[in-house]
Amino acid sequence: MKSLRRIYGLVYRHVAIYRHSWPRLVEICYWPTLELLIWGFTANFFTHAQARPAALAGGALIGGVLLWEVTLRGQIGVTISFLEEIWSRNLGHLFVSPLRPAELVAALITVSAIRTLVGLLPATIIAYLLYSYNILHLGPPLILFFLNLLFMGWWVALGIVALLFRYGAGAEALAWTIAFGITPIACVFYPVVALPLWLQPVALALPAAHIFEGMRAILLYHATNWRELGQAAMLNIAWMVLAIVIFSGEFRAARIRGALISIGE
Amino acid sequence: MDAVVVKNLVKQYPHTLAVGDISFTLGQGRVLGLLGGNGAGKTTTISMLLGLLVPTSGQISVLGHDMAHDRFAALQRMNFSSPYIALPARLSVVENLRVYGNLYNVPRLNHRIEELTEQFALGPLLKRPAGELSAGQKTRVALAKSLINTPDLLLLDEPTASLDPDTGDYVRTVLENYRTGRNAAILLASHNMAEVERLCDEVLMMKAGRIVDRGTPDALIRRYGRETMEEVFLDIARSESV
Repeated sequence: MKSLRRIYGLVYRHVAIYRHSWPRLVEICYWPTLELLIWGFTANFFTHAQARPAALAGGALIGGVLLWEVTLRGQIGVTISFLEEIWSRNLGHLFVSPLRPAELVAALITVSAIRTLVGLLPATIIAYLLYSYNILHLGPPLILFFLNLLFMGWWVALGIVALLFRYGAGAEALAWTIAFGITPIACVFYPVVALPLWLQPVALALPAAHIFEGMRAILLYHATNWRELGQAAMLNIAWMVLAIVIFSGEFRAARIRGALISIGE
Repeated sequence: MDAVVVKNLVKQYPHTLAVGDISFTLGQGRVLGLLGGNGAGKTTTISMLLGLLVPTSGQISVLGHDMAHDRFAALQRMNFSSPYIALPARLSVVENLRVYGNLYNVPRLNHRIEELTEQFALGPLLKRPAGELSAGQKTRVALAKSLINTPDLLLLDEPTASLDPDTGDYVRTVLENYRTGRNAAILLASHNMAEVERLCDEVLMMKAGRIVDRGTPDALIRRYGRETMEEVFLDIARSESV
């Protein structure tokens, strides 16, 4: 119970930031909406080709944009919240409070989940209004897609926070770029077989590739590929365990080097 | 029971000895001053006491808890204030106090915030963003934050920096009363020697990571044949020996 209250304390701190700053609120929704508009019109162009494969490709494009944003927003939600503590020079106060590192992470992912839901809601509504694309048509597997992709965003974020512990605020740019950098091998807009043969195992080591294969299976064949979903979940667990090990190691190393005191410099 | 027991504490960085084999105790209800010039090892010592920094060797016990294995139990009962570590600037004063009240699981939090508001005259500041306050106001808010959990051990780094003499005197009175009323221990790092003379029961003089002298302010002044702690500080800081 005490642990929940500490987590609530930190979540409250971040929600309060957004209450006071409309630019931050706009930023949450801005990128998902912008991405959707760009790719939505591209999909519309395909759809008006009248051919069924092109129309399906258009649907897969919009679905891909919306779902990949879950990972991107999930990751950015955690890392930006952590960077907020660095920017406000508040980490010293947090780390001398009884807040455990696990509670810090729990608070950051809670804020990330809230940010992701708030950020994607306008994009989802716009997809429906402008392109008649209803992502709910993916059915119940949508929930599993969503959770898996969010989870993936979180372990990527934990890895980035670990890098921030090691390299300080100088590694800030990674918070914005790493998840975008893995987009080509996440196979969001094309199947894994579209990649060169040597790159396919790398893509298949990521949960995202399996999720988007599953999404396309629903759109193209109206079939839920539980095998892909299961593989995505197992990979997520494995990557999360690895991320936790790296995070814990870097946190401990930062305490030895004194980096927690000077992380913002 | 002593609030703080430090034994043979060492912090060695690859090319620098930050703290070299220091030992001291701080009794409950006592105020200990940690003095020294820049680079003397004060911040490193405080960081190790707070669990921010892992010592290379030595032992730290805070309020009966071994900081190497049980630091969160100690952190629940201690607090820290420094003008060099900020509170979130965009949050209002009352939001900041709520955040830290929750982090420390403070019972009857609203009542506690009301008490601190009265004690530090924060009423007109409560709704203002912490980042928009003057330096003196920020110090008052930081002190309120440091007392939010009514700590048994308070670590203060320059608690009256940036305060005008009147407010500085007020804060020192608050700290004296808090120490007496709660029987709390206070570890104080300060460059304000008049403050040290007024508040501290004992002083540790640090230089190049080591404790080079210790005693009550009166005893140190007598030992060095000086009239103020300021002069004692200068004698030690300018001496060649470590």
